[in-house]
Amino acid sequence: MNQDGIDKSRRRFLTTAATVVGGIGAVATAVPFISTMMPSARARASGAPVEVDIGDLKPGELRVVKWQGKPVWFLRRAEDEVAALPELDAELRDPASEEPQQPAYAVNEHRSVKPELLIVVGLCTHLGCSPTHVRVGDAQSHGLPTDWKGGFFCPCHGSRFDLAGRVFKDVPAPRNLLVPPHQYLSETRILIGNDPGVTS
Amino acid sequence: MSAVVRTLVGLRDWIDARFPLMEQWNAHLAKYYAPKNFNFWYFFGSLALFVFVLQIVTGIWLTMNYKPSADLAFASVEYIMRDVEWGWWIRYLHSTGSSAFFIVVYLHMYRALLYGSYKRPRELLWIIGMLIYLTLMGEAFFGYLLPWGQMSYWGAQVIISLFGALPIIGDPLALWIRGDFVVSDVTLNRFFAFHVVAFPLVLCGLVVAHLLALHEVGSNNPDGVEIKEVKGVDGIPLDGIPFHPYYTVKDIVGVVVFLIFFCAVVFFTPEMGGYFLEHANFVPADPLKTPEHIAPVWYFTPFYAILRAIPSQLGGVLAMGAAVTLFFFLPWLDRSPVKSVRYRGWRYKTALGIVTVSFLVLGYLGVQPPTPTFSWMSRFFTIMYFFFFLFLPAQTSVDEHGFAKLYRQAIRLLLWVLIAAFDISFLGEFRGDKPIAERMSELAPFAIFAVALTAFGTFVEFTRYYRRDQDKPVPQRVTWP
Repeated sequence: MNQDGIDKSRRRFLTTAATVVGGIGAVATAVPFISTMMPSARARASGAPVEVDIGDLKPGELRVVKWQGKPVWFLRRAEDEVAALPELDAELRDPASEEPQQPAYAVNEHRSVKPELLIVVGLCTHLGCSPTHVRVGDAQSHGLPTDWKGGFFCPCHGSRFDLAGRVFKDVPAPRNLLVPPHQYLSETRILIGNDPGVTS
Repeated sequence: MSAVVRTLVGLRDWIDARFPLMEQWNAHLAKYYAPKNFNFWYFFGSLALFVFVLQIVTGIWLTMNYKPSADLAFASVEYIMRDVEWGWWIRYLHSTGSSAFFIVVYLHMYRALLYGSYKRPRELLWIIGMLIYLTLMGEAFFGYLLPWGQMSYWGAQVIISLFGALPIIGDPLALWIRGDFVVSDVTLNRFFAFHVVAFPLVLCGLVVAHLLALHEVGSNNPDGVEIKEVKGVDGIPLDGIPFHPYYTVKDIVGVVVFLIFFCAVVFFTPEMGGYFLEHANFVPADPLKTPEHIAPVWYFTPFYAILRAIPSQLGGVLAMGAAVTLFFFLPWLDRSPVKSVRYRGWRYKTALGIVTVSFLVLGYLGVQPPTPTFSWMSRFFTIMYFFFFLFLPAQTSVDEHGFAKLYRQAIRLLLWVLIAAFDISFLGEFRGDKPIAERMSELAPFAIFAVALTAFGTFVEFTRYYRRDQDKPVPQRVTWP
């Protein structure tokens, strides 16, 4: 190696090493920038359970309660409405609730602990709009078929759900409405967001 | 020379010795030669730049009084509207400006479709333009959340959920965008940062890149003639005129006419019947209740109609993404060497007509409620829209053998498979217990579009629409007037 000569292999090694180390550093810098956009500790902590008293909920009435910033619906269905649920099975995508959209205690025809009381998160599984509760008599005004048996209609993209929050075929929503974890503290008091530990 | 002029010239020379002022002025204005046959369609590039500056300026002034917090945002917008001196004017300029921006940009892009401005050597210019369009969509989306009205809230909820529909990465991605489990104060705050700082900076950079690329390759024109190929002895294109003063003056007229229409909207109908500012957005955001009729602002509705047309969550999202991104590939999908629609064959003219009508009708359908008739219409026009892109390589490829031949047959087959699926599912509707007479109103829209699609297939076969288009000879020089 003379004084004027350039050791190319040494130069190449230094360039490669600097590029690789610098590149790793640059990529590592992205980690905090990306992480800081995830939910903060405060946002994570705000999902506390909510206690609801439904003692005064009349048959056919829908109550909306906020839990984790989302609407949770309480709907008291009439006896004949619950009895009529199996009639729709052929028109539904997941009539037997096989998809994990509910805790184990809500895997049944009426998707609830008590047959008459439906508890679901009121957000469409398509793109997260809150569907409208459409009673039998109001079907026409929402452009729904004449044999509508009552249920939920999403105004955003036309998805339809029956009175157990089960999604119809041929609509954009892929899954049934979500049943949140919950437990009965007494006959009328319900805790949303916490259950006795039998979650599916 | 008067003393004043001498001082100014001196100042210019002083700057020129330290900064390439005259060099830049000449390169981009005084000695940038543009074709002399620009027409009406060539107003929209400079208009887009004008509206961009307007949005930046009015945006800065709005920021002086706006509060990016879920508790204060809605009230601070009302405060701007009622209590801030001229606040209503600044805000209406900004809200009308966003719609005007999209009108101008859509016309600017349509000009490129008409005259083949995306073709060689302007592919990269077109791609940078498409990136501007995508960034602009993001900018508009972030900005729409800021007033924190009902439409703001549920629009953001729906669009973020679009990302959530992607397999595997969807849920974490949506969570990362929101920064919370629902659209909340956190989301509003970061959207403010994106809308006010990040995206305007990106837009600025892209606009500069767009102009640099344009001035490198030179402007296209309504004849699609490359003016640089025929130069005079002085090295200046024979069909070129300096951008300044010729087109600066022309564009000032364009800006004046634009401002007449723009001010008419700002002062007389700033809500534009609910299309520029939606009625539901005058109600504060309520996370528990979606408005009865939710529709995006008009400039997103063609893509929204495509999303709704497809009865599958992932399929709808992918089709919507494809409807936008296919434009990136236009320079390579269109294989014809002829640029301007003036010298192209009837197949391209028909195709352009079909995609134009489809885009407009889909735009209309996107603001309508999702009734069965409108759903079937959306499906039909979604198919028409995509077949523009699918037929284009077949109609423009010079090659008649091998892959090109195979592609032509594949497109034909695909169309007929689609028609068969459409018609069979229509005929399937006739099964069932209920008498047909009672279901006429349900079946009629389906029937119309089953027939329309079959008719399109027949047209394709009868006219050999999938074959190579016969273009006309292109002149050497631009035609003028």
